[in-house]
Amino acid sequence: MSPGLSASASQAAATAARQSYGRLLAWLAYQWRDVAAAEDALASALEKALTTWPTQGVPETPDAWLLTVARRELLQAARRQRLHDSPQVQALLQDEPAQDEAPALPDSRLKLLFVCAHPAIDAAVRPALMLQVVLGLDAGQIAQAMLTSPAAMAQRLVRAKQKIRDAGLRFEEPGPDEWPERLHAVLEAIYAAYGLGWEAWQSPAGGGGIDDEGGDDARVQGLRGEALFLADLVCSLLPGNPDRAEAEGLVALMLHCEARSPARRGADGRFIPLAEQNTALWQQPLISQADSLLRSTAAWARPGPFQLEAAIQSAHNSRLFTGHTPWAGIVLLYEKLIHLAPSLGAEVAHAVACAQAGDAARAAALLAALDQPRLASYQPYWAALAHVRALNRQFDAAGQAQQRAIGLTSSAAVRLHMQQQLRRHLEGMAGPQQA
Amino acid sequence: MKFMLMFFDTAAQQAPDMGPDVGAAWMAYASAMGQAGVLVSGHGLQGRGSATTLRLRDGRRQVQDGPFADTKEQLGGYFVVEVASLDDALAWAARSPCAATGTVEVRPVLAM
Repeated sequence: MSPGLSASASQAAATAARQSYGRLLAWLAYQWRDVAAAEDALASALEKALTTWPTQGVPETPDAWLLTVARRELLQAARRQRLHDSPQVQALLQDEPAQDEAPALPDSRLKLLFVCAHPAIDAAVRPALMLQVVLGLDAGQIAQAMLTSPAAMAQRLVRAKQKIRDAGLRFEEPGPDEWPERLHAVLEAIYAAYGLGWEAWQSPAGGGGIDDEGGDDARVQGLRGEALFLADLVCSLLPGNPDRAEAEGLVALMLHCEARSPARRGADGRFIPLAEQNTALWQQPLISQADSLLRSTAAWARPGPFQLEAAIQSAHNSRLFTGHTPWAGIVLLYEKLIHLAPSLGAEVAHAVACAQAGDAARAAALLAALDQPRLASYQPYWAALAHVRALNRQFDAAGQAQQRAIGLTSSAAVRLHMQQQLRRHLEGMAGPQQA
Repeated sequence: MKFMLMFFDTAAQQAPDMGPDVGAAWMAYASAMGQAGVLVSGHGLQGRGSATTLRLRDGRRQVQDGPFADTKEQLGGYFVVEVASLDDALAWAARSPCAATGTVEVRPVLAM
């Protein structure tokens, strides 16, 4: 065995795992109606691939090989559990003869995504479930991103899969009436994966999008690529479907946020708020890609929250071309968004947009009207309140809100930035006396 | 549920002259917890040099200067919070100034 063969075989196994995991798992889970059992079978097939491919060479169709081995695992498990006559076993046995050819594997990933975001599954666990069953991420990785303990995350995922099996959730695409709502749940879970970090999870519409308070970078960055992959996947699985407009809206939204990512931190790691970002660092190709996607969604004439959020980020990013931010337009977009899909994040961001558009009094009134128990630990609210109070020259009260925002941030860079801002508020307070 | 958040940090981070920003960040953090109604109790501790350890072995006292474990990161203080779940406790732990520089240990408090 040459080391070259071994290396390429391991790489082939890794590539097959990455590219085919979701597709293979979706098909196995669809046939078997049991996500956990399908995962175990596929995991052991991948393990076998890693040990046999380096010595015996990579099979011509790695996917078919993996599928055959995984199926055999499932059948063995069924034999152990004496499930001979179950319809699942029959389904697996029927497909058996085709095992050595490349199977024309129907893509069941959309069905799997719909199951993961089923109304019967707790919304908080949906993003994790998708990341695990479609992309094969392990509970530990997901727990890091979602700021929970690996043991608790593993338990939650196990419970969700038990529910799918025991409640007999249908592995089917929803009926036409349910489509928009069910698809929205899928997209919401994907966006939650993108914006992971609990602050962003609570405020998918917050201020400048993910930029404002997205938790710490490493945590958030880890899953951005995965979320983009999932959103692209949903788009590709919905050719010609008008509901695709929202999926494309989500892709556009994430691309607009991605475009700004190089400008979010200074060379020294310093936090740079949206308004102070150097637009020369924004990635213009991503912005153009997002904008053309957004224009094409308009043709479907199916407006939705993700398209609106993408339009808001598009407006922010238009500063790259025009040199200024169209705040009045952003205010209107937030009003539409709140009308369509009210959220605390959107309400707070709306108030900030009003302030930036020149109406600090209205901004203050909007913030004062918010009355939710969640405000007590909702950092973007306190940051917005500090900003609006400072604009209204209530420097003392602004300082108090700013303190609260500082105490609630989980990002060291944001904390430092806000402390510097606080000093400016205090100087602002001293200013008129000196003048 | 009550959880204790224990903050472990390096000597440099715990020193009294750690700079106004670090002290102010802790003040803001404690006050945000208080205003959110989750703070039960808590204290910051003086530096590791002030620690004294004691053991009784075979009826004999062993008193030593210095902390229990001579590790790089030392317990600098703690807060007890009353929150709904471990996830909420972890969210508060992540907000502490210590999360970025040291380690926060989160443990449920025994019900008495």
